[in-house]
Amino acid sequence: MQHALYYKSKKFLTNALIHLFLISVAITCLYPLFWMIISSLKTQDFIFKDISLIPHQFHFENYANVLRENGFGRSFVNSVIYTSFSVFGIVIIASLAGYAFSRLRFPGRIVLFYMFMAAMMIPIPASIVPLYLLLNKLHLRDTPVGYILCMISVGLSVSIFLLKTFFDRIPRELEDAGRIDGCSKIGIWWHVALPLAKPVIAVVVVFNALNVWNEYILALIIFDSRKFMPLQVVLQIFQGEFVTNYPLLMAGLTIAALPIIIVYLLMQKYIIKGITSGAIVG
Amino acid sequence: MKIRDTLENYVFVLPAVVIFSIFYIIPFIWVFQLGLFEWDGISFTKVFVGLANYKEIFFLDHSWWQSIWNAGYITLIALTFQNILAFMLAWACDREIRLKNFYRVIFFIPPVLSEVVVGMVWRFIINDVEGANMINRMLAGAGFPNLMHHWLSDPKTVLTTVAIVHCWKGFGWGFLIFLAGLQTIPHQIYESARVDGANAWQSLKKITFPLMIPVMVLVGILTVLGSMQAFALILGLVGGEFAGHTSVPVLRILAAMRSSSPRFGYACAQGISFGMILVVISFIQYRFSRKGQ
Amino acid sequence: MLLRKVFVAVFLLFSVFGCSAQLLDSKPTISIWHWMTDRDPAFQELAKKYETLTGIKINFELYAPSDVYKQKVRAAAQGVNLPDVFGILGEKSDLASFVKAGHVLDLTANMEANNNSWKNSFFSKALAVNEFGPQNSYGINQGIFGVPVDIMTIQMVYNKKLLAQLGLNPDRPPKTLPEFLDAGAKIQAAGMQGLVSGWGELWMIDCLANNYAFNIMGKDKVLATIKGEVAYTDPDWIRVFAIFKQMKDSGILAQGLVTMINKSAEQLFANEKAVFAFNGSWCVNVYKGMNVNLEYGAMLPPEASERFPMAIWGGAGSSFMVNARSKHKEEAVKFLTWLTDEDQQAYLASATNNLPANRNSLSKIPEKLAQFARGMDYATHPNVWGVSESSLVVDAFGQGIQSIIIGEKTPEQVAAEVQKIKERELARQRAR
Repeated sequence: MQHALYYKSKKFLTNALIHLFLISVAITCLYPLFWMIISSLKTQDFIFKDISLIPHQFHFENYANVLRENGFGRSFVNSVIYTSFSVFGIVIIASLAGYAFSRLRFPGRIVLFYMFMAAMMIPIPASIVPLYLLLNKLHLRDTPVGYILCMISVGLSVSIFLLKTFFDRIPRELEDAGRIDGCSKIGIWWHVALPLAKPVIAVVVVFNALNVWNEYILALIIFDSRKFMPLQVVLQIFQGEFVTNYPLLMAGLTIAALPIIIVYLLMQKYIIKGITSGAIVG
Repeated sequence: MKIRDTLENYVFVLPAVVIFSIFYIIPFIWVFQLGLFEWDGISFTKVFVGLANYKEIFFLDHSWWQSIWNAGYITLIALTFQNILAFMLAWACDREIRLKNFYRVIFFIPPVLSEVVVGMVWRFIINDVEGANMINRMLAGAGFPNLMHHWLSDPKTVLTTVAIVHCWKGFGWGFLIFLAGLQTIPHQIYESARVDGANAWQSLKKITFPLMIPVMVLVGILTVLGSMQAFALILGLVGGEFAGHTSVPVLRILAAMRSSSPRFGYACAQGISFGMILVVISFIQYRFSRKGQ
Repeated sequence: MLLRKVFVAVFLLFSVFGCSAQLLDSKPTISIWHWMTDRDPAFQELAKKYETLTGIKINFELYAPSDVYKQKVRAAAQGVNLPDVFGILGEKSDLASFVKAGHVLDLTANMEANNNSWKNSFFSKALAVNEFGPQNSYGINQGIFGVPVDIMTIQMVYNKKLLAQLGLNPDRPPKTLPEFLDAGAKIQAAGMQGLVSGWGELWMIDCLANNYAFNIMGKDKVLATIKGEVAYTDPDWIRVFAIFKQMKDSGILAQGLVTMINKSAEQLFANEKAVFAFNGSWCVNVYKGMNVNLEYGAMLPPEASERFPMAIWGGAGSSFMVNARSKHKEEAVKFLTWLTDEDQQAYLASATNNLPANRNSLSKIPEKLAQFARGMDYATHPNVWGVSESSLVVDAFGQGIQSIIIGEKTPEQVAAEVQKIKERELARQRAR
């Protein structure tokens, strides 16, 4: 009886501590979000005078002003298109390559893989100019296709690395089962490997979606036409050269953060129990 | 038959290799050969200087090595503080507790926020002159007034402060990947261990850690890459390199690119050197993990 | 089957988006790339007005922030893809490189036409920034290569109310350095912040240091130092570095000054948390937006010496260049002439609270701006000196002063370090 009580209270205490820990971290994560949203509801002269968390007046019109901003809607759609196509491209191309590096044999496989890994480690901040000139030569410069191809290229290394590492851990028995059933290599990839890889693919999707969605430097440099600019470029308008319209900027950033949060919400449930435990342990 | 098989295998990697060759290899070669020139970024003529840029980087450029040291410091803090925190949070959320879906979403908010917001908010939180200085006020309120400090303007504490904010922004990724990894360990294993009499700490040590090693290495490599290349947060928090105390390699490269004397080639050489250093570090990490398996 | 459908859909979408439509215009369209976010609405208005006047379409394209704009222009220059009108946003040597590469149209003829009518409409200092004199060190033929669209000066501002609170005369701000430093003790005692400025960004420190250098040793000695004839370890330069130590010791500098970005400094001054600020004339617009009731005035940096006059940096704020390879050169020049005309300049000045580059528009600007305009008499600018200091030296200079302010190095140490780098750069130049 005493034993059970001790055990129960110990469990209660540990759970309480764990919750305390989680909540304190959660608060530090939530505070900036609140600050951003609250600032977006203030006006320019109040934003730094009044540091309280609850504003006296709620200026929802800031959001209307942002949405009305010239080109906001179109750039939002642009960003959605660029992100979707880039992420889709990366997932397909990287999972094909990752699977091949993990499971298929062909000469040069190790060298190629290390090359991709090295690319992950050698970022080239100065690569914008050669990319510009390259796209110019290919007549892809002021086009969405050119931009999307660049974005795909940027995200390939890390994604291939993640997927290959993951595929390495899948037991071969599952694929052998597929092969015995008469599946082609592509068939195994599509029907066996990909479904098993859902958690990693979810991580790859979130990672690349975030990168492409937040990108603006390459877009600004290789696009000339306003109609192709993604959302982050338009948001720069609120960060004026001298005057930053903070409330509008915060409103814009809040709106910009929403789609990514939605993507994350959708993807993170694939990370829960994405693998049938039975199939792994067998 | 064998040849056809091999060709089929190549098709899998073909799209990746094609895109990679065009959009990475070609710019890389451009940057690489530019490291051997002196160029202002504008003229159509460049001056070939051979290895002079590299010689200067390795032997004369004190600020470059300081920036590498600073980035290494941030990375070290990220590898320890950030990843231990991420792991503990992932482990806590892997258990059957209430609200874990809620936490899963909340912890990913920092990575989602733009660096602009993160820089501004944290300046606000930490800075005493222009902000609410909440940290110092909390310390004073909790009874530790002598711990109050000018976190961002004191050269001794600024780098650590920046590193901690960097960890705050980044732990969400580690959390996500660790959680994904932990989820692949079926709970039956824990169950049978508990039946055998193991407590939580023992199952952590004997079951969780060994199975999670590849994931930990993965997170380690990604952390090193992400932290060594950090720079936007520094600009948001302290405005620049603060007399070298918050110099990082990317900022040094950008400074060289931005200047109007012919330093573009030098910037490219810096970029290549930086890449080489990262490759060495990452391959050491990777080989280490291979041995462990 | 589904996969195939997806691929077809993707392919179709690609082809639709991949083609950029091209429309042919019978009348030329002048494309202008700029970075001035705050002025874009005003520019668009003027573009519409010009179109109704002449039928020529002006396309102002905004690419912000200015850092990325700068890169974009350089990438476009490499790809020989520049628009009809653009800005360079760099130092004199950048302009020189652009001119040498054939990207910039020589405007001297246009400026000097009709008895210098266009040329004389500008403040001479504004034009000087875009001009190369005879025998300049950049190897460019003498000429005018850019059109200033506004001017700006970088001076100090002071809060009248706070000065009064300190017991000082709000209409007579400190004129000499000792007076300024004295105020420091009072400010600290009152628990206020003294001088704020964006000294996390090196160039603002360089600016003030340079101002004092001109004040202490005169323009000629400063230029001689850049040319390598005088060392940075000269006692006059050590005096310049020492000023920053004096400022730090007196308590006049705000807390955390060395990590401040200019936007934060502007907030602090606008919210009346700081007594002084070191900022440019654009601040009038910023302060107005943040605190319309702010009572402040502009002043020169307090003099450290009476030997030479105090100098401030001023000149063209923003300038436009004409693409020498443009197909619509003449039309572009005509537009720029119209843009810098009295009325348009007055409109821009009132719409955006910037100082006009056209002398004749001065009468129509608000009082606060006029205070800044009066500083133009003392103005100089690195782009008009005819020589440029190496960026490595400039960086070391600024970071050295940051170190002095946080108390890590002494003025003598910094002077020695800067001189060492200077000597290395001089050796490299001689070897070339």
